[in-house]
Amino acid sequence: MSDIVLKTENLTKRYGGVHALEGANFELRKGEHVAIMGDNGAGKSTFVRQITAVEQRTSGQIWFDGKEVNFAGPIEARTAGIETVFQNLALADDLDVPSNLFLGREKVLFNLGPFSILDRKYMRKATEAALIRTAVKIPNLSNTIRHMSGGQRQCVAIARTATFASKLIIMDEPTAALGVQETAQVENIIRTLKDNGEPLILISHNMRQVFDLCDRIVVFRRGRIVANLRKQDTDGQDVVSYITGAKTGEAELAA
Amino acid sequence: MAQTSHGVGGLSYDAKKRAWPAEFNVFLALVILIVVFELIGRIFLGDSFLFNTRSDVSGIFNEARLQIIILQVSIVGIIAIGVTQVIICGGIDLSSGSIVGATAMIAMSFAQVATVNGNPNPKAMFLAQGWTDLPVIVPVLVAIGCGLLAGLVNGSLIAYTRIPPFIATLGMMVTARGIAKWWSKGQPISFPTDSFAAIGKGLMPVIIFLSLAVLFQLIMTYTRYGKHCYAIGSNEDAARMSGIKIANHKILVYVIAGVLAALAAVVLSSKNLTAQSGMGVMYELDAIAMAVIGGVSLSGGRGSIIGTVIGSLIFGVIISGFTFLRLDAYYQEMVKGVIIVGAVVLDQWRQRLRALRA
Repeated sequence: MSDIVLKTENLTKRYGGVHALEGANFELRKGEHVAIMGDNGAGKSTFVRQITAVEQRTSGQIWFDGKEVNFAGPIEARTAGIETVFQNLALADDLDVPSNLFLGREKVLFNLGPFSILDRKYMRKATEAALIRTAVKIPNLSNTIRHMSGGQRQCVAIARTATFASKLIIMDEPTAALGVQETAQVENIIRTLKDNGEPLILISHNMRQVFDLCDRIVVFRRGRIVANLRKQDTDGQDVVSYITGAKTGEAELAA
Repeated sequence: MAQTSHGVGGLSYDAKKRAWPAEFNVFLALVILIVVFELIGRIFLGDSFLFNTRSDVSGIFNEARLQIIILQVSIVGIIAIGVTQVIICGGIDLSSGSIVGATAMIAMSFAQVATVNGNPNPKAMFLAQGWTDLPVIVPVLVAIGCGLLAGLVNGSLIAYTRIPPFIATLGMMVTARGIAKWWSKGQPISFPTDSFAAIGKGLMPVIIFLSLAVLFQLIMTYTRYGKHCYAIGSNEDAARMSGIKIANHKILVYVIAGVLAALAAVVLSSKNLTAQSGMGVMYELDAIAMAVIGGVSLSGGRGSIIGTVIGSLIFGVIISGFTFLRLDAYYQEMVKGVIIVGAVVLDQWRQRLRALRA
């Protein structure tokens, strides 16, 4: 149990009569990168929303970092060490890179309540270190995010999660809106995270990306986990047939 | 030659190409305006706008004019500081002028003397209760209390009922003006104590204005409060997801704006030695205009207190300049309107240019 970062048992979410997620059993080990794939409406995002407590689950249990957890909201989940890169970037356009990295958890020199003096030097240094660690390239840290490319912005968002989480990072289609070069940049960061041994859940529709970056692929279909495949035991054809339902996972999962 | 500096990840950038701060443009506008008045003065009136041309007075500058330029905008300037941080945080405050009116009336009634020329003060509100000749701290605290309460109502309405700031503060604008009129049934309140009158004497308004401006420039730049103002004004959802307590922060922002308006009321009533229910009419719009001219973006997230101070000086120069050119006050208002709109148009052009270059 000790090397399991995240474990869910019978995780279920219903919206009224709609069974968005049914009895999801999921495990993530230290240093592991797991991809979540599936058609639109298969329950991928619902699954993530239960873990990050953006929504409250109908039933089931979640263990995180060795303890059973019941987060009241996303901020509590974040404090516990689960960082999420949202599809719509949670960045403040008019702030520079260090301010965005430390948004909501600014380092202060001494505490005066809301009027606490910021430790700007420390935050700048820590930002540089974080960007180097994640191999993000940003020409000028003092520029506001507004004037950066989509890829750079996504990189900042990812660097932010990588700076603070270190326990679990969840990315919901981080490259969906990016060009080829920018996608490569983001993928490089994910590889760096892998090298640093940071566990990660990646939601993606991009088969090549998933095979490039992840150890394991979990396929969702109609609210259920239908396949849990190690990368070396499968191929794109196989995964597609699970996604489309040509192959059902009951046999393998039972075995 | 392009001067390059190194960023993170081996990328370099042209340090010279970095856009200069928005305040620089505003300052440039101020300088141009002064030069225009100076030139017109020299050519058509044979007089100088800013420099000393009299031999019986020493000094290079026309000090009286310099004082007037800043003195006449100091009181609205104090309000503009509060309004600036509200706008940066993505809101708007239309109630500050009315808060000035109501606070001036209420605070002044605690600052009155008991006897005028040996007779009982005919205007004293609380003569019967004996609340006269109170130490100066009493009216000042009463004023701060009024501003705090008004700001608390504004902020709570905006944070908890989620009505637009425009509506919430519009309501306060009308209500506070009503309170100002009701307080003494429309009668002016006069005869303050000497210590109260000292607050607005001479250049005191300027000193108070500039001290507050420096204080809030530091707060907006170096504290968590300032950072969160910019963050909320820039992207409220992102700020919420980052764990910033939006409601608390917004309430604090409007409370500070209310207290600054109340301080302006103290300075104004002290300077005029009287309080009237019509005090501060249109001040809220002048304050917003100063901020906008100073480069504060009405959509939130951009601007600074320094910018607003320069914006207020532009106001002061225009008013003084028109007086200097012996033009009617009517023209001042017309030109003020043109400059407000022009400043916003210029700012948007500048933003678009920067976006294109980046």
